[in-house]
Amino acid sequence: MGVTNGQQGRVAVQDLVKRFGPVNAVDHVSLEVSSGEFLALLGPSGSGKTTILMAIAGFEYPDEGRILIGDEDITWAPPNRRNLGMVFQRYTLFPHMSVLENIAFPLKMRGIGRAEREERARAALATVRLGQMGDRRPAQLSGGQQQRVAIARAIVYQPRVLLMDEPLSALDKNLREEMQIEIKHLQREIGITVIFVTHDQTEALTMADRVAVLDHGRLQQLGAPRDLYEAPETVFVAGFIGETNFCEGRIPHAARPGEPVSVALLGGGQMDAVAAQPLPAGQLIKVALRPERLRVLPAGNETATARVTEAIYAGNATTLMLEGQGGQLLRARIPAGAGLHEPRPGDAVRLSWQTADARAFIA
Amino acid sequence: MRSRAQRHNRAGRMALNAAAYAVTVFLLLPTLIIAPMSVGPERLLSFPPKGFSLRWYAEYFQDTDWIRATLFSAEAGLISAVCATVIGTMLALALVRGRLPGKGLIELLVIGPVIVPHIALAVAMFLVFEQLRLTGSLIGFAMAHTVLALPFVVFTVLAALYRFDAELERAALSCGAGAFRTFRYVTLPLIAPGLVSAALFAFIISFDEAVVSFFISDLDRKTLPRKMFEDIDFNISPTLAAVATMLTALTILALLIGYGLKRSMERRARAADTGP
Amino acid sequence: MSGGRPSWFFLGGRRYSPAASLMLAAPFLLLIAIIFILPLATLLHESAFVPGPTTAHYARAFEEPVYLRVMLRTLWIAVLVTALALVLAWPMAWVMSRSTGIGLALLAAAVLLPLWTSVLVRTYAWMVLLQRNGVINQLLQGAGLIDAPMRLLYTQGAVVLAMAHVLLPFMVLPIYSALKGIPEDYARAAQMLGASAWSTFREVIWPLALPGVTSGCLMVFLLALGFFVTPALIGGPQQMMIATLVSQQVREMLDWPFAGALVGILLVFVLGITILFKRAVRLDRFVGSA
Repeated sequence: MGVTNGQQGRVAVQDLVKRFGPVNAVDHVSLEVSSGEFLALLGPSGSGKTTILMAIAGFEYPDEGRILIGDEDITWAPPNRRNLGMVFQRYTLFPHMSVLENIAFPLKMRGIGRAEREERARAALATVRLGQMGDRRPAQLSGGQQQRVAIARAIVYQPRVLLMDEPLSALDKNLREEMQIEIKHLQREIGITVIFVTHDQTEALTMADRVAVLDHGRLQQLGAPRDLYEAPETVFVAGFIGETNFCEGRIPHAARPGEPVSVALLGGGQMDAVAAQPLPAGQLIKVALRPERLRVLPAGNETATARVTEAIYAGNATTLMLEGQGGQLLRARIPAGAGLHEPRPGDAVRLSWQTADARAFIA
Repeated sequence: MRSRAQRHNRAGRMALNAAAYAVTVFLLLPTLIIAPMSVGPERLLSFPPKGFSLRWYAEYFQDTDWIRATLFSAEAGLISAVCATVIGTMLALALVRGRLPGKGLIELLVIGPVIVPHIALAVAMFLVFEQLRLTGSLIGFAMAHTVLALPFVVFTVLAALYRFDAELERAALSCGAGAFRTFRYVTLPLIAPGLVSAALFAFIISFDEAVVSFFISDLDRKTLPRKMFEDIDFNISPTLAAVATMLTALTILALLIGYGLKRSMERRARAADTGP
Repeated sequence: MSGGRPSWFFLGGRRYSPAASLMLAAPFLLLIAIIFILPLATLLHESAFVPGPTTAHYARAFEEPVYLRVMLRTLWIAVLVTALALVLAWPMAWVMSRSTGIGLALLAAAVLLPLWTSVLVRTYAWMVLLQRNGVINQLLQGAGLIDAPMRLLYTQGAVVLAMAHVLLPFMVLPIYSALKGIPEDYARAAQMLGASAWSTFREVIWPLALPGVTSGCLMVFLLALGFFVTPALIGGPQQMMIATLVSQQVREMLDWPFAGALVGILLVFVLGITILFKRAVRLDRFVGSA
């Protein structure tokens, strides 16, 4: 039981549908997590990320689709028979048990004898660096300590998969960043599969091997953090991950993904971009361009393409608010100390970018 | 102008306070005045008592009729407290955690024994119990009083369940505990103070119940309130004052225990909720 | 380990399935069916089908002036008790809702102790106070206010006073909950906006307290309609209420069908009011402590 080598910790969600009344909370989502992988489910509230986690945990039964762990179909198994670890948003430690009793509880439920229970609970407590706290009550611990105990309780029986439902959202910023690193470290150490729900993109990008971005119950993109940032596949992902300028326009011809297109902007002017998805002719197009990929050059009046309306200094970079000739509002970010031209409000500037950095989507 | 309004306000507030404390005295005095009167030595009750004597208490403890009625009430009270708590807790769980078909009707049935006048229930039970030969039987009293106590038990347990963080049950399930062990190890210990206070009040309801007891008692087997009823109707004997004082003391004790239990439950709820 | 179908006990992995819920509710339903529904149904059956199908017993209750008078008196006394309880409860609930610490504890104890003290004990206390040579007459005579003891017991005033005393907690607690929910800032805001104390009460406090007032009045009225112990002991024959009449029919006349008809009329009243004001009839305020 609980060995995490081979494909034991593989999780497959196949064509999952969950309806709440007329709403599809989860809309035909399929995704696969390999053994030992750290997957983040990322999306705004109402995106279906928590519902997917609850279906894997067994607290919701899906309307369609299957869930496999290893080779086993657990779609309809009761939550207590799934042998998964779960860490909840609020710490949900049993207030009437000591820290050690909390951690030993799942072992007790598995019929493990008292001596072994205590030994393994102590070991798990040491893993989360709370060795001395075993006899305390949960109420006597800080928030961060309570969440560590919750993690120890979820891994003490060596489950195949650890599910985490926004486990850090109750902590303050510094503690959250510390715990992010610690959880990541722990996951590598014990080689457990982790499925981690969050609405915080930084958290998802820093912790996960791969991130599944969800919106309105649909899987938007599943990929490594770098791919999501640099090569978003849908306009939602482009807008949701990081900061982006959007320019609206139309294209004369249909284009396949990766093909260069020339977009006629609604406010006038042309913009060179690359199609990020299949683009039909004549439809409204949105071009996404990251502020830090926009180069701002000094210009005389004849070659100017934009005017600076605001310059916001923020230490490591300066953000420029720009107004294009067609009236588009854009942002550009100029890193400090790189010796780049830093225009001032009112200056006329010329903008340039690599065609590959401007990605065109169906609006 | 302003200061007049303020004076006006303050006078109003003082009048309200005075009225509230007058009502408090009105509420407490009739019950509490019996205690000093019960230790008077004379057959005619008077206030203030003309001396001190435990004569009427002694009379109570020496009268087998009183003692038998008291023990019978205690028995019926214990059985109905246990039954009402178990049955009421099961129903409260079904109402909160379950999908009950016809939930609205069941909720109406829960308040039924309070809404339906006890005289109606008493007469109806008398009619049926006589045919079933249940009048004057312990089981008859226990069942009748269980029904009367159930509404209060169900609402007490519902309140305890609502105060309880249901996420803890999910946590227990994810730890591998099934429905029964989740209840046994997590839910039950955390709502236990609520259950104890529910049982306590169920006991008090049964022990004090007068109307149904009045009808379903028989000559041999009667409850304490029925015995009191007869004595009040017959003659206002000072022994009754002693009994009334002891019953009031018992109620005060029960309320204090209930208050302690409620405090301990609130402490636990707070302890469980240190996270935001 | 693997599951091809959902657990029979859990629904959606957390809620109990209808089958499991029904199983948990079964003992309650069984007991209520045998000890609550069955007796009432049997009694009502007596009233309409004994000796044969008939409405005669119901008609008798309305046609014979003696009985009609008892029913009207019951309604009238219930109204008086409700009104008196409301007048007494309001200042108490108001001051309770604005108190903390010891003051609140004292007031709460004053409400809860009577609520849980035996009705018999409290009725007995009133009899001791009100009887011919009782405490009140002794005090009044001692003070020289009256020459001979007054007849206090077995009067309508005594019945109303004692019943209002017994039922007062059912009025105080709902009003207290409603008032407790009104932030003190509302009254301050109203006064800042130029409202007098009276218009603050009328425009702000009273509308917000109304659900509690309704709930309390309903509870007291419902309980007063069917009250047995207090009127039976404190009221004389001239103050007979419907509950005493039912008791008399059963114990002295052995007229079950007529008693059934009286209970039927009482039930129609009580259930009608309950269903009409379902939201206002709540028990949760009377359990535990305030």
